Amino acid sequence: MSEAFEPKIVAYVCNWCTYLGADLAGTNRLEYPPNVRVLRLPCTGRIDFNLIVKAFEAGADAVLVSGCHPADCHYTSGNYHARRRWIVFRRLLETLGFEMERIHFTWISAAEGKKWQQVVTEITEKTRRLGPYTAYRDLCEAHQ
Amino acid sequence: MITRLRETCRRLLDQNKVQVVIGYGQRRPGAAAHPVFITRPEDVGQLTWGGNCFANLTVYLKRKEVKALGKAALVVKGCDERALVVLEKEAQVERGDLYVIGMACDGVHAPKCSACVVRTPRFADELIGEAGSAPGAASPAAPDLLDVLMAKPAAERWAFWKSEFSRCVKCYACRQVCPLCYCERCIVDKNRPVTIDTSASLKGNFAWHITRAFHLAARCVGCGECTRACPAGIPVGLLNRSLADTAKGNFGYAAGMDPAAEPVFGAWSSSDKEDFIR
Repeated sequence: MSEAFEPKIVAYVCNWCTYLGADLAGTNRLEYPPNVRVLRLPCTGRIDFNLIVKAFEAGADAVLVSGCHPADCHYTSGNYHARRRWIVFRRLLETLGFEMERIHFTWISAAEGKKWQQVVTEITEKTRRLGPYTAYRDLCEAHQ
Repeated sequence: MITRLRETCRRLLDQNKVQVVIGYGQRRPGAAAHPVFITRPEDVGQLTWGGNCFANLTVYLKRKEVKALGKAALVVKGCDERALVVLEKEAQVERGDLYVIGMACDGVHAPKCSACVVRTPRFADELIGEAGSAPGAASPAAPDLLDVLMAKPAAERWAFWKSEFSRCVKCYACRQVCPLCYCERCIVDKNRPVTIDTSASLKGNFAWHITRAFHLAARCVGCGECTRACPAGIPVGLLNRSLADTAKGNFGYAAGMDPAAEPVFGAWSSSDKEDFIR
């Protein structure tokens, strides 16, 4: 443990808003921590809960799910469907005793490069303070 | 009630209104009733009814070999009928292709019965028996396991499920016995890509139970068959109940109660409330 802990953060983002927001942060030369791994999907409505589970299985310390603001969905209602699903899915994670501070949801539009920078910085700092997420990794290692 | 049930079924079979009656039978006294599939009027004597009729027979409607028998008459309790309502809403059964025999029920000695709100089937083609005692009247004082669990800190809940799921052998009895788990090919049986590790390890077991619970979220009618079927004694139905509470609390939706209500995940609203999205 000589090396300092660097959190791994998986970000599932929608193609139309948050991905472009992150792109805008880049073209504006806004700096944010390199701990985030961005995975682009067509829409938040496409973000299956199993993807979130997979991220933790693969060793993520935190997961961010982000998409278009309500009323801004490219497909009209994908983010509304997603919101309902997250409300219920979060309850499932709570019932299981999951560490809820490791899962984040945001709305970030294509114009909010600044917000992307802030969100990623905050989540990285918070996760760094929390330390590595071992509870799920232990499940996976118990298997080997 | 048993006599009336048998007479009804004999009449239905005699008049060829249905080709098969799906009901409860009893081989040994004291044992749980088992499903019987009666196709000949002279066999109606096998049908029984009583406090040991736990099974939710709507589960057999999804089976190809049962569909092949022809039009069915189905014996349901009030709680089973809720599954029928969901199946119809999801276009899995055509109500006209089915003759529903509703049994007024005083409870089947299952924990779920203490909180029962539908002792009398509401949409049956034929109702047998008188409405039971007041709902929840016989409620025992035992503390509710879900309440106890949710009052614990997250780490203890995690430890609880870890210990429970460590016994899971991935027999999928919870899936097979569920009337609403009707996918022709379950996601756990798909291997390109592997979404859920199929080995009976903690990793695979968590992934499976998360998926099972969430695929039934806001659809589960709480018949409790999954918990009853589990050979390892895992209270899998707790997860479903927890999600049913959320569906009720956030969206005012109780699965299988109102045939006209829009399903939670089949609809959306711009006014859904949450406090966790920034």
